[in-house]
Amino acid sequence: MKEMMIILVSAILVDNFVLSKFMGCCPFLGVSKKVGSAFGMSVAVTFVMLMATAVTYPIYMLLLEPNGLQYMQTIVFILVIALFVQLVEIILKRFVPSLYKALGVYLALITTNCAVLGVTLLNITNEYNFAQSMVNALGAGLGFMLAMMLFSGVRQKLETCNIPKAFQGVPVTLVAASIVSMTFVGFGGIVEGMFG
Amino acid sequence: MWDILLPIFILCGIGLLAAILLVVASALFSVKTDETVAELTEALPGINCGACGYSGCSGYAQALAKGGKDGTVKTNLCAPGGDPVAKKVSRILGTETFDVEEQVAVVCCNGNCDVTGKKFDYHGTPSCAACHSLYAGDGDCAYSCLGFGDCAAVCPYHAIKIQNGVAVIDRSLCTGCGICVPKCPKHLIIRHRLTGKVDVVCSSHANGKETRTACKNGCIACGKCERTCPYDAIHVIDNLAQIDYSKCTSCGACVEACPVKCIHKNSVT
Repeated sequence: MKEMMIILVSAILVDNFVLSKFMGCCPFLGVSKKVGSAFGMSVAVTFVMLMATAVTYPIYMLLLEPNGLQYMQTIVFILVIALFVQLVEIILKRFVPSLYKALGVYLALITTNCAVLGVTLLNITNEYNFAQSMVNALGAGLGFMLAMMLFSGVRQKLETCNIPKAFQGVPVTLVAASIVSMTFVGFGGIVEGMFG
Repeated sequence: MWDILLPIFILCGIGLLAAILLVVASALFSVKTDETVAELTEALPGINCGACGYSGCSGYAQALAKGGKDGTVKTNLCAPGGDPVAKKVSRILGTETFDVEEQVAVVCCNGNCDVTGKKFDYHGTPSCAACHSLYAGDGDCAYSCLGFGDCAAVCPYHAIKIQNGVAVIDRSLCTGCGICVPKCPKHLIIRHRLTGKVDVVCSSHANGKETRTACKNGCIACGKCERTCPYDAIHVIDNLAQIDYSKCTSCGACVEACPVKCIHKNSVT
């Protein structure tokens, strides 16, 4: 149990996928303008992460590793991720059309979101068992959500600021992102303190 | 040989499973898109002005697809599109064509720089909304056009020009879409039928003396127009002459009678 908590907390805070590992920066910068769509995006990403982990882990352990096909993991994992992204798209289009419109192209881009592929690959690299992998995926998704929500809040504040012309738009967004990511350095070593 | 074939089989197998799953899912959760909606959206001008009373062109198209055939939603609500769009829409739905009651927007203020002054020097953001938030604007008259052109900036047809400190709408360019109406912080812009050619170009609800002090072109609520009108179409309500366009015949009797010349007759149809 303690081990699970360590994995969860470190995936959310210490090794935050967006702010510490710099994975999934595309939706992080693309859909973080409004808190609402940022939340929807993170829920979609979390769902895809969990489902992809649940499917890729058995595939790797039962199909690829026994046959010595470890080199196939990237292409097989991408295939599975693409499947779930398409599923999410179909479901959103049917049940939450407003969110589907707000997310636009970024929804389809979850397919190539390296945070999702990163979770599935790191589960294998870190030699987690199935339960640990699922917890890691959940932590990664929640960490993504935390980063998105924090940053969309920052960006909404930015909207009302008087920004010099040279910094307007992308530059100031990137500067803000780097400052937000620096704050997460402060979580380094917190896990050892909490559970050690 | 098997070393090469196995990965291929695995990949194809997973791909096939995924495909089957997606086909089932898309059949289960399919969204029924009405083709007439797409056609109607194409026929509408797509400027999303909201003059029809719906959220935008796509909103109107959806409402039309639902209730256009049985007549609950009228096909002639698109003011910017006019008759051609109404005809197209009716053709798509297979209903009778009604002519569009074309509308036009009018700025109800004539307080240009020659007849009214400023109560303070404003050096802030050049926008009516910003200026209005500061003591209701810099004009002597609390009801007057501020002249920063918030309305002109949003007009998709470039029909509004600021002339001598007052917004003026070119009737030949105005389509009556009404995008400018909510932009005016003083609520000076009204819309009425294109056939109505007489406008009271003042919005001051202050009494005659106050209005006269602030602006030489303002309505002083003398009531002369009310007594002159043969059709009982113009009335002084709350210190301001107001025209009932359902009765007005654009005869122009009040235009002649008005001592401050704040009733204008427009020749362009």
